[in-house]
Amino acid sequence: MELTVDDRKVYIATGNREIDAALPSVVFIHGAGQDHTIWVLPSRYFVRHGRNVLGVNLPGHGRSAGPPLASIEALADWVIKVFDAAGIEKAAVVGHSMGSLIALETAVRHPDRVRAIGLVGTSVPMPVSAELLQSAKNDEHAAVEMLTLWGHSRAAQLGGNATPGMWMMGGGQRLLERAAPGAIYADLKACNDYVNGLESAKRLSCHALLILGGRDSMTPTSSAMAVAKAIPDAETVILERAGHALLSERPDPVLDLLIRIV
Amino acid sequence: MAKPKTFDLETLSLHAGQQPDATTGARATPIYQTASYVFRDTDHAASIFNIERTGHVYSRISNPTNAVLEERISALEGGVGAIATASGQAAIHLAIMTLMDAGSHIVSSQSLYGGTHNLLAYTLPRFGIDTTFVDPRDLDAFRNAIQPNTRLVFGETLGNPGLEVLDIPNLSAVAHESGLPLMIDSTFTTPYLCRPFDLGADIIVHSATKFLSGHGVVIGGLLVDGGIFDWEASGRFPTLTEPYAGFHNLDFVEEFGPAAFITRARKEGARDFGACMSAMTSFLILQGVETLPLRMQRHVENTRTLVKFLDAHAAVDWVVYPELPGHPDHELAKKLLPKGCGAVFSFGVKGGRAAGQRFIERLELVSHLANIGDAKSLVIHPASTTHHRMDSDALAAAGISEGLVRISVGIESVDDLIEDIDRGLHASQKD
Repeated sequence: MELTVDDRKVYIATGNREIDAALPSVVFIHGAGQDHTIWVLPSRYFVRHGRNVLGVNLPGHGRSAGPPLASIEALADWVIKVFDAAGIEKAAVVGHSMGSLIALETAVRHPDRVRAIGLVGTSVPMPVSAELLQSAKNDEHAAVEMLTLWGHSRAAQLGGNATPGMWMMGGGQRLLERAAPGAIYADLKACNDYVNGLESAKRLSCHALLILGGRDSMTPTSSAMAVAKAIPDAETVILERAGHALLSERPDPVLDLLIRIV
Repeated sequence: MAKPKTFDLETLSLHAGQQPDATTGARATPIYQTASYVFRDTDHAASIFNIERTGHVYSRISNPTNAVLEERISALEGGVGAIATASGQAAIHLAIMTLMDAGSHIVSSQSLYGGTHNLLAYTLPRFGIDTTFVDPRDLDAFRNAIQPNTRLVFGETLGNPGLEVLDIPNLSAVAHESGLPLMIDSTFTTPYLCRPFDLGADIIVHSATKFLSGHGVVIGGLLVDGGIFDWEASGRFPTLTEPYAGFHNLDFVEEFGPAAFITRARKEGARDFGACMSAMTSFLILQGVETLPLRMQRHVENTRTLVKFLDAHAAVDWVVYPELPGHPDHELAKKLLPKGCGAVFSFGVKGGRAAGQRFIERLELVSHLANIGDAKSLVIHPASTTHHRMDSDALAAAGISEGLVRISVGIESVDDLIEDIDRGLHASQKD
């Protein structure tokens, strides 16, 4: 579905369904340099189970017009504009990685519009290494390779994909390679600059479900536990041996957990 | 900046796609010899059918043993996913059926495996899919053959029988400038010698019967998706970019992004055409893939020695191998195939058809049969076997001389191979 927000085209994947204001809604927000396709399995599940699904393409990502927005706070306010454009009053907001920061900030800034949040592969703050930032700034392919490599647990780098015949590392890399020039850098910089997240977390009024990978080297559980403690109503689940790319490494357990809040 | 370190090909050949079995601890990949899979409940079943959860429904569409092989070859090629098929021919057919309909057109290298040529030249036209064949060395011929209804450009890494080295980087540019994908049959080279996705290809097919399995014990194929081609931007592939009524109006590009092609190939082609691989076959190919790097090194090493031996032999008219300075693609081979140009090549026995026949019949170690890519050395003399009905003019038109012998070099002691071949060559020169 195409919407217009701030005079720019926005694409949201709805599973080929019209939005029905009478149904509960869930908004899925992707991570740095990605698009809605990372949510394909849960999106299809929740569409069949009577939810409005809005798999957003953030500005400058996937099929949404650019440029990318520069801060997590700006992206959080943009999400609410998507709610408005789609005719959604309230929704569960689920984000992966950078998307988890946006979900958190959206719920804190607009508490009356968010009924629960799911933070998948999160940490607050979410610092980005200088090496990766510089590489992304230069639009070097090495940035894609670093994100792909560090985004998967060592075990997942050898495969064992639950989806038959698919190579996780290849799929993850190809998606990032499709990012528009500058998009990955804008996203990583927004993550790196989001320094007030723990203060925001303390003000969160809705329920939060944190889904973490026990072998996540990008957003390690030790960092995620800080935000889990800061959120007044948080539930944390650690998926052992999983890395940061939880949607591809552990798609079924992630779906089972999301069912609790969506 | 240095590239981040991923696992090397040798490691991926052994491990990619498999974790030790969670239930039994089995280190080797188990052979899941089952047709179907028990669902937990009705919603679980519906969620797998509808691609909401992972899992298997029926082994025609996917199977856990096959999945390991598919993932492993994807890893070795650097793709997003693969499908194991009943044969290499089935892999090519699956790719074509996924991409096009009646009225479509293919531009292909004319230097192809005979079975592929039959499919493209004789069988597919009956279903409304035509092919224009061009000289694999002539990029302009590829470009000029592209029509408004063309949907695919196709070639083999090394042509048959001339071992033309396909200029994949420049051919992919030709294809892409017309919004077309390039599909490569990489059977002769395997990912050990050439990774076509790195050179610009979009789809790879293999006859896994050959070097991937490596022991001549199975028939199998693999279709690999690079996940690179932009189907939507091309605008020529409604099977991937428009809702598919056969799967509840699923738009594959919208929902699966880089994995659109391979997902449609599985959800439609594997489901409907049914040319699936058996789990036992997958297991045997996986055993072969584990030693692929070691075997390919030895195949190439033996080939280089034999090429040198034959090139200097008095009973040999000519040898075609791209590493020889006189080969037309010698420089391109150095650039694209630095680790070797495979282990299949042709040479001409002095004395024509009868001499070639005497050579073949004198061999005792090298096996006379119609296959390549076995650990054992194989040989065939087309003029006295596969093409025996052709006279010398017809053979020449097919690019085959009367004394042409094709050899697939195995991994035996090269000294023993030389001794056997030398005996054969001496015998070939005696009336």
